[in-house]
Amino acid sequence: MRRAARMVMTAAAAAMVAGVGFSTGAVAAYPDQPITYYIPFGPGGESDVTARFQQPFFKQKFGQDFIITYKPGGGGAVGWSQLNKMKGDGYTIMGTNIPHIIIQPEQSQIGYQTDDLVNVYFFHFTPDAIVVKDDSQFKTLKDLVDYAKANPGKVTFGGSGKGSANHLAQIMFDEAAGIKSTYVAFGGTGPSVTALLGGQTMAQWGYTTVPKQFERTRLLAVAMDQRHPGFPDVPTFKELGYEMSGGTYRGIAVPKSASEETRKKLADMIEAINKDPAFIKKMLDGGFAMLDVKYGKSMDDFMAKMKTIYIKAAKEAALVK
Amino acid sequence: MSFEFMWAALSPENFLLALGGVVAGTVIGALPGLTATMAIAVLVPFTFSMPTAAALILMGAIYTGAIYGGAYSAILLNTPGTPSAIATTFEGYPMAKRGDGDLAITVACLASVIGGMVGALFLLGLAPPLAEVALEFGPTEYFWLAMFGLTLIASLSEGNTLKGLIGACFGLLIACIGVAEISSDVRFTFGSNVMIGGIETVSALIGLYCVPVLIDLVATPDRHLKVTHETRGFRLGEATSILSRRWVNAVRSSVIGTIVGILPGAGGSIASLVAYSEARRTAPAGNKFGDGDPDGIIASEGANNATVGGGLIPTLVLGIPGTPTDAVILGALLVQGVRTGPNLFTEGGGSIVYTFMAGLFIATALMLPAGLLIGRYAYKSIITIPKALLVPSVAFMCVIGTYAIRNSTSDIAIMVVLGVIGWILNRFGFTPSPIVLGLILSRIAENGFVQGWIIGEATGNPLTGFFARPISFVLILVILLSLFYPMLKPRLVRRLARQEGRS
Repeated sequence: MRRAARMVMTAAAAAMVAGVGFSTGAVAAYPDQPITYYIPFGPGGESDVTARFQQPFFKQKFGQDFIITYKPGGGGAVGWSQLNKMKGDGYTIMGTNIPHIIIQPEQSQIGYQTDDLVNVYFFHFTPDAIVVKDDSQFKTLKDLVDYAKANPGKVTFGGSGKGSANHLAQIMFDEAAGIKSTYVAFGGTGPSVTALLGGQTMAQWGYTTVPKQFERTRLLAVAMDQRHPGFPDVPTFKELGYEMSGGTYRGIAVPKSASEETRKKLADMIEAINKDPAFIKKMLDGGFAMLDVKYGKSMDDFMAKMKTIYIKAAKEAALVK
Repeated sequence: MSFEFMWAALSPENFLLALGGVVAGTVIGALPGLTATMAIAVLVPFTFSMPTAAALILMGAIYTGAIYGGAYSAILLNTPGTPSAIATTFEGYPMAKRGDGDLAITVACLASVIGGMVGALFLLGLAPPLAEVALEFGPTEYFWLAMFGLTLIASLSEGNTLKGLIGACFGLLIACIGVAEISSDVRFTFGSNVMIGGIETVSALIGLYCVPVLIDLVATPDRHLKVTHETRGFRLGEATSILSRRWVNAVRSSVIGTIVGILPGAGGSIASLVAYSEARRTAPAGNKFGDGDPDGIIASEGANNATVGGGLIPTLVLGIPGTPTDAVILGALLVQGVRTGPNLFTEGGGSIVYTFMAGLFIATALMLPAGLLIGRYAYKSIITIPKALLVPSVAFMCVIGTYAIRNSTSDIAIMVVLGVIGWILNRFGFTPSPIVLGLILSRIAENGFVQGWIIGEATGNPLTGFFARPISFVLILVILLSLFYPMLKPRLVRRLARQEGRS
């Protein structure tokens, strides 16, 4: 019933647009039912937590619920390869992650191409950071680099997955600092922190979110242009002379069949949440960093830039051909 | 420490949340495919508007109930409702087959309550020091733990070890399908997108255990479960006397469950399997293991409910989730703005966490009446529903449950195919348990081995990491014992018999 009513309204609105050339109110009714928000990972990770952060704000601003649904498998590939087969009516959206959506299709036939995915907004990122245990022998980044130079290959970095943001950060930093370290892939941020705290690995390529969630960890440096407000004492890599800025970027995509109108409207709504001071505070308190890349030219430019950076790093490390 | 938190947990709202949570959890756990993780994930948005302690109590109660509820389908349908209940099928289903399903359910309920209490006690009293155990387990230890798990095949397939080993290898192989967790290689998908996500454990469980039962139900004219008597109530007296005779097993299994629960890489399925094999190994002569010995149920259910408290230990102390369900609870805490850590356990910062733990005790206690009543209802329905209704409804639940795990239609196809394979293999004497064991342990073993080797190579000699660490060493000893015990056992029994004959 509601769906039918919406179609009538949309049709009426479209007629109005065509006739008068006046666009406000074109999708005034959207959203008039809950939106299914697919997370292509299991529950409890950063993608899930940030979607949960958005949930109450969306309800408060637009009166509808986000129904968060998990579609894990293949490091996100299961969800992304199915996104474009879903209905593009604006009531199905899915979280996307960079570098995953850039690296995976380059590595193997995984059921989707990077450019197939219609990202409408990138709303935050978790900046790369070197994490150590609170009582680690490495007090500063310099300690770690000096040790690595004296003992090639002996510094072990844990991280989440192979070919992931953590892994690429390790590769890029090794090159920038002229060191050789060993990367050990774990099945997620949790297991790699566990190995760090247990002394199995010496350091971790993680994110600024790690010390906010896990005990007994501290950061040596963060890959941001400016210091993170949650860690005023932790220097950026740039301050220390290394060109490192980046992390895992998380956005929202819609099926390809979604109309231009829906894409824009959705981007506007995500933007409204992203500009809410209460939302920003929640995100920063959790160690996340805000990001506003909106559907349109800025999205195209952003994707092009990210592709260049990550494919270059992955090629150098022979992760992709 | 004051006991105010106890009163806070006993407030009418919190009490009702605990009761409602246990009931809902039990029902969810009983349905194959619907897991505690999923139930709690669905619930999270509703907890935003609740006080933190109340939200935690509700989540804890659902969790506890679901782990217990998994026993119903394990006992009555030979299908673990949750992976934690795999070991419950071993003795539970044979008991139900011979007409003791009601007794099995009551034993499971009592054992679950004991396990839950023991786990919660450790959480309450010893959480900060015990959390360190989680950190002592590195990749090599997980590798050896998985190897130890594989030795259980010897005891699970007594009499036909070769078929058990072949089954386990099949399980190890199918676990490799899909994108590898740590190396990100795409393996054995044959270019198909259906297989990219790999074989999900729960859909494999449903396929391998439940589908063959359904096929047999349709293929044979017999009743599903033998009913030898009019329903005799709960058979609580009988169950209590079994438990009081076997209290050592109950306590040992609960402790095993707590410790395995603390290890973030293991979980309820491994806890109950380890407890089961320990119970079987130490069972007195004349036990009925394999043909429906309640001891096996005590071990499995005591252990898996103890993982609830055990898993919360690293979650609350270190922020490291002990089980997948704990990961969701942790996410909800993060959204609520609660910072986990040892200071949660000190006075001042501790009121929320202590109210939560008290709530967990209350929920566990409520599981006794709630579990018995729901269990009786479940048993009655399963034995009275005509086959023509039972088979389609169970089949329907299997499909829904499989889909619900990852919202994936591919998983349904995989489940059905595995089910048919499982049924055929059953005809040739291959049981599903070694296959499932291989499937679950394969990933743990592979990850542990690869990570252990890389770390070992970086720091010197890989072999030292595998053999020269204290916990690794102990695990290797346990593996050797577990491997050779079945061979030594007949000799020991003979020697004992001879001695008895002489005296």
